[in-house]
Amino acid sequence: MKILVPIKRVVDYNVKVRPKADESGVDLNNVKMAINPFCEIAVEEAVRLKEAGTATEIIAVTVGTSASQEQLRTALALGADRAILVETDIEVEPLGIAKLLKGIIDKESPDLILLGKQAIDGDNNQTSQMLAALSGYAQATFASELKIEGEKAVVTREVDGGLQTISVNLPCIVSSDLRLNEPRYASLPNIMKAKQKQLDVVEAGSMGVDIEPRNKTIKVSPPPVREAGIIVETVDDLVDKLKNEAKVIT
Amino acid sequence: MSILVIAEHDNEEIKASTNNVVTAATNLEGEIHILVAGSNCTGAKDQASKISNVTKVLVADAPEYEHCLAENIADLIVAISADYSHILAPATTNGKNFMPRVSALLDVSQVSDITAIDAPDTFQRPIYAGNCIATVQNSDSKKVITVRTTAFDAAPNDGNAEIADLQENHNLGVSEFIKAEIAESDRPELTAADVIISGGRGMQNGDNFKILESVADKLGAAIGASRAAVDSGFVPNDYQVGQTGKIVAPNLYIAVGISGAIQHLAGMKDSKVIVAINKDEDAPIFQVADYGLVADLFTAVPELDAKL
Repeated sequence: MKILVPIKRVVDYNVKVRPKADESGVDLNNVKMAINPFCEIAVEEAVRLKEAGTATEIIAVTVGTSASQEQLRTALALGADRAILVETDIEVEPLGIAKLLKGIIDKESPDLILLGKQAIDGDNNQTSQMLAALSGYAQATFASELKIEGEKAVVTREVDGGLQTISVNLPCIVSSDLRLNEPRYASLPNIMKAKQKQLDVVEAGSMGVDIEPRNKTIKVSPPPVREAGIIVETVDDLVDKLKNEAKVIT
Repeated sequence: MSILVIAEHDNEEIKASTNNVVTAATNLEGEIHILVAGSNCTGAKDQASKISNVTKVLVADAPEYEHCLAENIADLIVAISADYSHILAPATTNGKNFMPRVSALLDVSQVSDITAIDAPDTFQRPIYAGNCIATVQNSDSKKVITVRTTAFDAAPNDGNAEIADLQENHNLGVSEFIKAEIAESDRPELTAADVIISGGRGMQNGDNFKILESVADKLGAAIGASRAAVDSGFVPNDYQVGQTGKIVAPNLYIAVGISGAIQHLAGMKDSKVIVAINKDEDAPIFQVADYGLVADLFTAVPELDAKL
């Protein structure tokens, strides 16, 4: 079984980003970049399937600038066998990314496509589902458990109120939720080995799909500020404030 | 052109998130229609017809829609999409699942999780865990949108819409429902609750959540948790409030033993009144709390319980 794992380079999840002063966008000067946490979980799941003897090859792929090679190397260090960078300077939207990834699927014919449920920059949560639509494949989003059973994947999904288990025909798209697994840390020898692994670069422009953005960002502003309130000294004070000032309990 | 709202329901009942989306739709121009796709969904259909400002309820009642499998629902929505300028669904796990599939099939970009409508093509949405609000203008001929339900009030149920049965069967046959494990609880759902009491790492273990349950019972509250509490196995996944969990905005949110990581704040900082109980006076949660109590939760919460 061949697994394709699309990943994304994003601002590290510990960074608190701010809008630029002129509100023209997000201030990303000198911020630490990393592999999107959900993508890391997807890579880990693919590596576990390979370690279990289910998968034979793992290909990591990303769409982005040449700087994204850094995150592909991370995926290679975690256990991917080779990587593909679909290079572009355009900030491609999920629909465009899905179209480019569809091109990679056509070329590589993976049996399973594993990716993160959402990137923590745009918080769009779209790419997996769009890729499934364009491929005509089944989708199993927000996965917390994945089992391959013959020609099907049995996936437990995190849904509002609990869990749902579905069975989908392969090839299929699976998007990882937080609790699918806990990713490992790359070991130093594996980081060194990753530098020697194959990383191909494909020009996005050569893939013959429309990736022009459809959304124009008019402005990026800070969220409404929530004023810090008061510190109450006792539980009695708290109950009194909730009853008589905030009037949220009776 | 009209607006199509995709109903969130369990075949028997319409979920309140549908009413929130209808309110969002009233900020656009055009008649509002609701699609109820399900199986044996007469209950949901009847309730949908009572939501204010809705003129028509479209019903697709067939076995393949019973479990809201994305492949079948998306094909159905695309099949009936021609007359609509906007297609809206709540940003629930269902809406998030099938709407991007609809978008891609229509070759339009999706605008996710909107919190305001500035114009029929211009929307506000939080990005970076709510640390920034982006205002985006979409150039597609048809707008496919998911709506953050906490940003819009629920439309009242005093309408009387026409009901139209659709003869649409779409079964892609690539996915199959096996089972659902939905927690049964007498408490309100997290996303619809008026009061929420949440526990964090400070709760120390799952058993200690019992002290929150007693307070929740008195306040008619739902119980939530931070990611730390869920990851530590104190409570199930569906308790999680935050960037990647549930987004909530109750009238009263009580955070107990929660430090207030930005990912948690992203899920609850639009609550009307926030109370924080934490023994660490430097915890970031106090920066968003209306009322902070610096105290050991194991003495403060039972005391609170006794005084309610």
